[in-house]
Amino acid sequence: MEILLLIFLPLAGAIIVSLFGKHQQAKTAAFIWSLLSLGFTGYLLDGFDPAAGTQFTVDFPWLLSLGSRFNAGIDGISMLLVLLTNALVPLIILASFSHNYKSPGAFYGLILFMQSGLLLVFTALDAFLFYVGWEIALIPIYFICAIWGGSNRIKVNIKFFIYTFAGSLIMLLGIIYMAQQTPDKTFDLLGFYQLSLSTSEQSWVFLAFFMAFAIKMPIFPFHTWQPDTYTESPTAGTMLLSGIMLKMGTYGAIRWLIPVAPLGFAQWGQTALTLAVIGIVYASLIAFTQKDIKRLVAYSSIAHVGLIAAGIFVWNLQGLQGAMIQMLNHGLNVFGLFFVLDIIIRRLGTRDMDKMGGIAKMAPKFSITFLIILLGTVALPLTNGFIGEFLLLMGLYNYNIWASAIAGLTIILGAVYMLRMYQRIMFGPSADNTLTFADIAGTEKVVLFVVCALILFIGVYPKPLLAISETSTRELIDFVNGKIAGGSPTNY
Amino acid sequence: MINLVWLIPLFPLIGFLINGLGRSFLPKGAVGFIGSLTVFLSFAVSLGIFFELNGSVTKSFTIQLFDWIQVGNLSIPFSFQVDPLSSLMLLIVTGIGFLIHVYSIGYMHHDTGFAKFFSYLNLFVFFMLLLVLGSNYVVMFIGWEGVGLCSYLLIGFWFSNPAYASAAKKAFVMNRIGDLGFLIAIFLIFNTFNSVEFAKVFPQAASLTAGSDVITLITILLFVGATGKSAQIPLFTWLPDAMAGPTPVSALIHAATMVTAGIYMIARSNILFTLAPFTLDIIAVVGLATAILAALIAITQTDIKKVLAYSTVSQLGYMFLGLGVGAYTGAFFHVITHAFFKALLFLGAGSVIHAVSNEQDMRSMGGLKSKLPVTFYTMLMGTIAISGLPPFSGFFSKDEILAHAYEHSKLLWLIGVIGAMFTAFYMFRMLFLTFFGKFRGTTEQQAHLHESPASMTFPLIVLAVLSIIGGFIGVPEALHGNHWLAGFLEPVFSASEQRTGASHLDHSTEYILMTVSVIAAVVASFIAYLRYARNNHVPVPDTAERTAFANVSYNKFYIDEIYDALITKPLNILSGFFYRIVDKTFIDGFVNGLGRATAEAGKGLRLLQTGNIGFYIFIMIAGIVALLVYGFYNI
Repeated sequence: MEILLLIFLPLAGAIIVSLFGKHQQAKTAAFIWSLLSLGFTGYLLDGFDPAAGTQFTVDFPWLLSLGSRFNAGIDGISMLLVLLTNALVPLIILASFSHNYKSPGAFYGLILFMQSGLLLVFTALDAFLFYVGWEIALIPIYFICAIWGGSNRIKVNIKFFIYTFAGSLIMLLGIIYMAQQTPDKTFDLLGFYQLSLSTSEQSWVFLAFFMAFAIKMPIFPFHTWQPDTYTESPTAGTMLLSGIMLKMGTYGAIRWLIPVAPLGFAQWGQTALTLAVIGIVYASLIAFTQKDIKRLVAYSSIAHVGLIAAGIFVWNLQGLQGAMIQMLNHGLNVFGLFFVLDIIIRRLGTRDMDKMGGIAKMAPKFSITFLIILLGTVALPLTNGFIGEFLLLMGLYNYNIWASAIAGLTIILGAVYMLRMYQRIMFGPSADNTLTFADIAGTEKVVLFVVCALILFIGVYPKPLLAISETSTRELIDFVNGKIAGGSPTNY
Repeated sequence: MINLVWLIPLFPLIGFLINGLGRSFLPKGAVGFIGSLTVFLSFAVSLGIFFELNGSVTKSFTIQLFDWIQVGNLSIPFSFQVDPLSSLMLLIVTGIGFLIHVYSIGYMHHDTGFAKFFSYLNLFVFFMLLLVLGSNYVVMFIGWEGVGLCSYLLIGFWFSNPAYASAAKKAFVMNRIGDLGFLIAIFLIFNTFNSVEFAKVFPQAASLTAGSDVITLITILLFVGATGKSAQIPLFTWLPDAMAGPTPVSALIHAATMVTAGIYMIARSNILFTLAPFTLDIIAVVGLATAILAALIAITQTDIKKVLAYSTVSQLGYMFLGLGVGAYTGAFFHVITHAFFKALLFLGAGSVIHAVSNEQDMRSMGGLKSKLPVTFYTMLMGTIAISGLPPFSGFFSKDEILAHAYEHSKLLWLIGVIGAMFTAFYMFRMLFLTFFGKFRGTTEQQAHLHESPASMTFPLIVLAVLSIIGGFIGVPEALHGNHWLAGFLEPVFSASEQRTGASHLDHSTEYILMTVSVIAAVVASFIAYLRYARNNHVPVPDTAERTAFANVSYNKFYIDEIYDALITKPLNILSGFFYRIVDKTFIDGFVNGLGRATAEAGKGLRLLQTGNIGFYIFIMIAGIVALLVYGFYNI
């Protein structure tokens, strides 16, 4: 029953918070409520046994006429994403304290509502349930971005919504097709895993699921909705999208794509890997000359997610473990980056880095925390990013040295565009508008210190996090490899 | 004592934290004291470990702290290795590091970022010690990139100047190019030996046959890493720009310690390189080419720090030449002596710059001999040492490298000696331009001329003594020495020496080689004396006409301009092309086209969109509740 509490706690919070209407206390209420979820995650983590497979399972009949059961549970892979979601939502809410959004009840209600959808996605073991969670997560973020976003928000968000929704619908076709093939016409995940469809069927199913996940992450060339949406969304929306929501895509690839259609993966995996690796270099190069700092980080996120996706598609232990921990790291780092940018944009009223400079002198605390987050992003050793990128590139190397070398360019290119941005914003002589730049204070300080502490802690001592998912990833890899080799599918 | 090795990096880390967190309220005296004390404590522990190791039968200890990264069969412990090589490097880093911290108390006294400077310097020492102590390639890589970060922070210490900030970025990025090579080498090592621990990799490697493809590839990639960190062709152009940092930084990071990390890493991995003769040849050629190119640039530079920077690049080239011809001991010997005299020369230059109100152009110096006697005499010692005149330290180490080069190929030796001539020439040129003749600066500067405080001259004197006597740790047999250093490092290089065999040069040949190089150095110094001391020649102003060669040399062979035209500009153009043409027009245009077509088809659905959020949320929640309720009641 723990799972039900986990999923419905934020939903209940959403209803309560929405009652605050136009009162700004809504943010405090939402923050406290999100801490409840985080605390409960701690409780789950305490009772979680990494070696014991799927735990806290709930499974009861639900839309039986459709063949769907309310079947959810947590294994090591899910655990890390639940942890990411429930740790990041309180931070995102806290990071928005300096803003006074209109209709805060609705705004924060939608955030908590989305949290429920995300948790459902990361725990569902039934395809229909998974799909429901997938859409529940999409709708609130659409409204958050479309209502509280920048001047160009409507046009940008319709594109975002239609694009991702189109991907979802294609996936739904795949899901329905799979369910039709099971003996009892059910949506059970393990039922999908047991099927042994023909190569051509699996090939189509793979493509159907892949479209949804590739758009969500996004992988090159399905990414063009992303820079506009990240740029135009309110900061909290950008953080939700980049910090948590894109992990729906990478998580989906691990749980719902490769094991569901192993032969399709055998056929298309290399193509997917190639796209991911192209995306790394392509997006990094575009980030080189961006002047809009939000757009720059948006493109850098495409590069970083490309590396995570590549680590998944090589499908070996180092790659997949690297992808798991990097999902967490990327969530944390990109959240930190967007928060830093939010502070700058709020203080200066511009996103153009050419109109900045000399902030380091004015705000030393801010400049140090910004630097630590940036170092995590460019994967300096003893930051969290290094653990992830090291494992990912090693996983790629085990697959092919060239894949590793080309993807490894991110080490160089990332340093170029990130340090260039840091230099333009922080160094050089002060501009008129940066002369009065106030250093971080209050909630800003709390949020940034927490983020920096986590970046360094994970970088120095990643072992507990790696241990959470290792058994699950190894079993999943063995299962898929067994199926590709034509072995018995009953061992999962 | 050896079990306490973790204290060595811990002290500077504590210093970093105290000075970093307390920088707004700690008084300068406390900051300087804490910063220097922590490094001194590390030095004391290093000294204890050195003596214990010297007296011990076992010559290699591994101390594991905790499991760092663990995935499947990949296991990377956070652990340290104490052996003769790391033990000597510890002494250099902490010993010279301490002296430079003390020097900085005086040099940085007027700077508003005093505490920040000391915290960065401590952080650098911490990372450098990790690099030295790591018992596997990944822990070494932590230090490797960490020192790169500190280098970035310290080059850009005066970041309000955009040129300095750019120099910092350039250093970091060029280092990262090398780091990618290093990283891929680590993957290759793990795949080949199933471990990244030195103690597991090297014994396995020793049993392999020489010249296999995988060893060649590993060593080439490691060397790529070394070219970045140790400023060799083609990745050397960041080091001269790095002179933007405060002078103590140039002495510590960009002369004595960090830039020798590449040599340290290759010496550490010597057995792998011995097994890859092809790579060794590349290293020898690249090293020598760098040594000559940098020397050719140094002879026309007018900025005192630039001369020293190119001299460092050149000397590092000699060390790589030594590695390339299999003179591992000689190369490391030169690391040690170079650390003494180049730290001395940089600190001396700092003392000069301090005295002439931050002027760095030697055309505006001159005649400082009487005003800065301590600085002059100590720098004179350093200049003699780097020029390779006996019995100063540089003579022994450079001679050892050149002797091995001769054994390897007479051509390498000859070019090496010519380079050494250039070295003696540009170093004495620097000395004469700075200290001889009349003062050429402004009258304001002249009124302000003064010898530096004791905190600055004390390190100069210590380093001058070391520059004079430091060579005696490696006196060759031909000069009736017993080469203590070679004996001490024997356990580290023994596997390589078993394969390559001992030196074949007879003593008479060695005497001839020594005589030739000494004569070459003396002649070059004398030419410099005639031109710059006796005839008081001063380099022409920037506006004046130069000969074709002087022009190319003065403009650093236009290498920065060439890189800019071949790499930076094309990448920026590609970036714009990808963004505007490929992304916006092509890919996004296609997506929008699809979207428009769909939108036309979906016009009818618009009627449902009322624009009221409350209504949407209501519908959503109602829908979910309805689904749940429907599901439960239909069981």
